[in-house]
Amino acid sequence: MLEQFTFVGFLLVVALFLGIFLISLSWLLRPKRPSPRKSEIYECGLRPHGEPWVRFKAQYYIFALVFLIFDVEAVFLFPWALAYNWLPFYAVLEGVIFILLLGAALVYVWRKGALEWM
Amino acid sequence: MTLQQILFFIFGAISLGAGVGVVTARKLFHAALWLLLAFFGVAGLYVLLEAPFFAAAQLFVYMGAIGILIIFAIMLTRGMMRQRHPRANRQWWLAGILAALFLATFVRLAWQGPWTAPAGPVPENSLGLLGLTLVDPGGFALPFEVASVLLVVALIGAVTIVRER
Repeated sequence: MLEQFTFVGFLLVVALFLGIFLISLSWLLRPKRPSPRKSEIYECGLRPHGEPWVRFKAQYYIFALVFLIFDVEAVFLFPWALAYNWLPFYAVLEGVIFILLLGAALVYVWRKGALEWM
Repeated sequence: MTLQQILFFIFGAISLGAGVGVVTARKLFHAALWLLLAFFGVAGLYVLLEAPFFAAAQLFVYMGAIGILIIFAIMLTRGMMRQRHPRANRQWWLAGILAALFLATFVRLAWQGPWTAPAGPVPENSLGLLGLTLVDPGGFALPFEVASVLLVVALIGAVTIVRER
């Protein structure tokens, strides 16, 4: 079991090392002559205005919540899908009911306009 | 010490250290980031317990969805991002007593039981077996369906609360 995760662990170490290595390399090589203009917050080349810590719209919370709900749905459906070949018919139906209920919830959120980007 | 034990201590230390970071961070936003690291350590422990599905679920649901939800909740709250909050409020001593009691209970429980390993290795295709019991009427068929209803209720409730504003 653990052997199968050797590669994952390897990738983890490489990713960590690469991040640390690249940031420290640029820190070592770059010239250090800061000016107030340079230390401004970078905003796609525009001059930043207002505060960086703005308050977000409550609308975004709904997107995150919808994402969470369907993430949990996927976690429930994954074992069900893996056992699909050994399932009796009614068990397949149970999964379908599960999907339909959440599908109805998606339609509800959609109809309420909560998925509109504002 | 085997490699497994070394990894256990590494991931346990990540979880515990990040947990300390959560309660000592001066900014609420930083506390949320520490919390994500703590979730990651728990995912590593799941891998060591030979439960890769739960490790993946931990990464997707906790680090992915719940992490985003918590960070959004902080960003949505007025003034939460800017201020530096004092670490303790007036109820720190009460929280301290409760935490100490909690710790004492768990240490006692950990000392008590004989920690026997379950008979036999983890079965092949344990995830498929989990799927079978999830929809088996003698297993968890009812909780499985109730879970979907619960998710729907959570979604509708959230939409209603946000709409009212």
